[in-house]
Amino acid sequence: MENVTSTSTQQNVDIFKKQSQTKEIWRRFKKSKGAVIGLFMLSVILLIVIFADLIAPYDMATKQQLANKLSSPSAAHWLGTDHFGRDVFARIIHGGRTSLIIALLATISSCIFGSALGAIAGYFGGKVDSIIMRALDIFMSIPDILFTMAVVFALGANFINLLIALTLAYFTNYVRLVRSQVLNLAEQDYVEAARAGGSSSARIILSHILPNAMGVIIVNTTLNVAKVILYQSTLSFLGLGMPPPAPEWGLMLSDAREFMRNAPYLLFFPAMAIVLSACSINLIGDGLRDALDPHLKS
Amino acid sequence: MSNMILNIEDLSVIYKTDMETVEAVNSIDLKISKGKTLGLVGETGAGKTTTALSILRLLPSNTGRILKGSIKFNDIDILGLDENKMREIRGDKIAMVFQDPMTSLNPVMTVGEQIAEAIKLHNEKLSKEDIEKRVEEMLNMVGILSSRKFEYPHQFSGGMKQRVVIAMALACEPELLIADEPTTALDVTIQAQVLMMIKELRNRLGTSMLMITHDLGIVAKICDDVAVMYAGEIVEAGTTEDIFLAKKHHPYTVGLFGSIPNLYSRTSRLTPIPGLMPDPSNLPEGCVFAPRCKHRMAICTKVHPGNVTDGTHSLRCHLFSEKINAEQMGGKKGNEQ
Repeated sequence: MENVTSTSTQQNVDIFKKQSQTKEIWRRFKKSKGAVIGLFMLSVILLIVIFADLIAPYDMATKQQLANKLSSPSAAHWLGTDHFGRDVFARIIHGGRTSLIIALLATISSCIFGSALGAIAGYFGGKVDSIIMRALDIFMSIPDILFTMAVVFALGANFINLLIALTLAYFTNYVRLVRSQVLNLAEQDYVEAARAGGSSSARIILSHILPNAMGVIIVNTTLNVAKVILYQSTLSFLGLGMPPPAPEWGLMLSDAREFMRNAPYLLFFPAMAIVLSACSINLIGDGLRDALDPHLKS
Repeated sequence: MSNMILNIEDLSVIYKTDMETVEAVNSIDLKISKGKTLGLVGETGAGKTTTALSILRLLPSNTGRILKGSIKFNDIDILGLDENKMREIRGDKIAMVFQDPMTSLNPVMTVGEQIAEAIKLHNEKLSKEDIEKRVEEMLNMVGILSSRKFEYPHQFSGGMKQRVVIAMALACEPELLIADEPTTALDVTIQAQVLMMIKELRNRLGTSMLMITHDLGIVAKICDDVAVMYAGEIVEAGTTEDIFLAKKHHPYTVGLFGSIPNLYSRTSRLTPIPGLMPDPSNLPEGCVFAPRCKHRMAICTKVHPGNVTDGTHSLRCHLFSEKINAEQMGGKKGNEQ
């Protein structure tokens, strides 16, 4: 055997060394400056949010000091105080807990739920596809905001219900996205080859189709995190988010609206918090997409 | 009977859509003995791949349908098996190598993972180390350094990829290997290498093989038996000697040989078969080859010819059933050998 085939590979022994998968992805991830900046920003944000209690006690975020309301940023109140005299900085870092956790969890759960449905619809096609997609059409014909409002109204506004409402509002995107990807990928020769090798449908979907659709899904997911943060604030604005006085970025924004003229920082800082976290997650998503795609490996 | 690894009888396959019904395979018979290689020859669209997919029961589920016939693998009727049993056979007992190595490997898995998966699917009890060892063994067997198992398919050249695909197919030591034009997508020098390798591995492992190709050179090199397929029918079948050396031939086979460039006769033009294959959704009434045949007779367009057998050699042509012009046909052939 060897005499037939060894010629082309003999010299390359040294070049090809074992390299672990995660190391390799990390190496490619590092190459993208934006991604590294994004990762750094998100790490800082997460650290602040996790250790919020050490930086500013939760009391500061909820205790009303009406004598001190609407004060500008100062040494005592770094980012000023709101119309109840609550410290804006404390509210932002504590608010990040609910906002970010809900946004991340809602995105992940809608991604998993939507992708699973989309993969099943796209892979099996026929009747299964028709049933799922027609049900989805009905689902999507109801305006998102109305639907979420109804869910939160019916179940009551708390952490879990908010999560359910946001998941239901966003999973439809994933169904359509993943279905279209699967329709395309299921026609690939390697899927046919996997079938000829005796793989079951579940295995084909999980190990051959979805990993190839990962790039698109990841980018969409990171874009969605930002959207979900904003959507939460919409709900808060309508009084259907986390119940006050719990600090929450969207809630802060809608409260600040009334004082925009006199105290613009009330609007500015929570908005910055949303922009920065959304931005960092998007940057990471972009870098991750490139790092996960072995075609771009160099 | 018992030394037959594959026995296809009277198999008909159609593709049915709302618009039309395509008769892809029409009552074909194929037999492969244990350890032998059958070459299935024919032009694009003749139904070769459909036949292969029927053996693995992988016809597109919404359109493809097996109308009649039987496919027996080791005397087990494959068409009667349920999907779970079928999955155990695929990859383990019958493996397939696809035409285009560029697309038949998953781009996001390393080649090592892909071979490991093929092994794992049918050997659940093997430990991780054993599987890794087997992966390296397979790579070495097809002439790839085992250290390259951590690489992705795009880091391999076309020929190397096809070796990986072959390694995957042979990983479970199948009894029957279906190779669907395994060298069509490769360039000529690599073709030779890969063919030599397939031939050697086949001999070493004693695998039976169904070699689908449109290259008569490949047939001459590695096949024991040949079946020539045209418009979903087997028009001529026999041992390789029958096809290359016998006097009588189906006009289509003669045409196939006439379409090959020849080093020894310096003709300025090849002699291709005039016309195109008939529309498989609207096959002619008589002989399927009649519209393109030089030797067409009145009967050809009316009556479907039966099989004429002469020992191992069988032909489906009125020329021979009527015993007309047999000598003339023999004389016309012969620029291959």
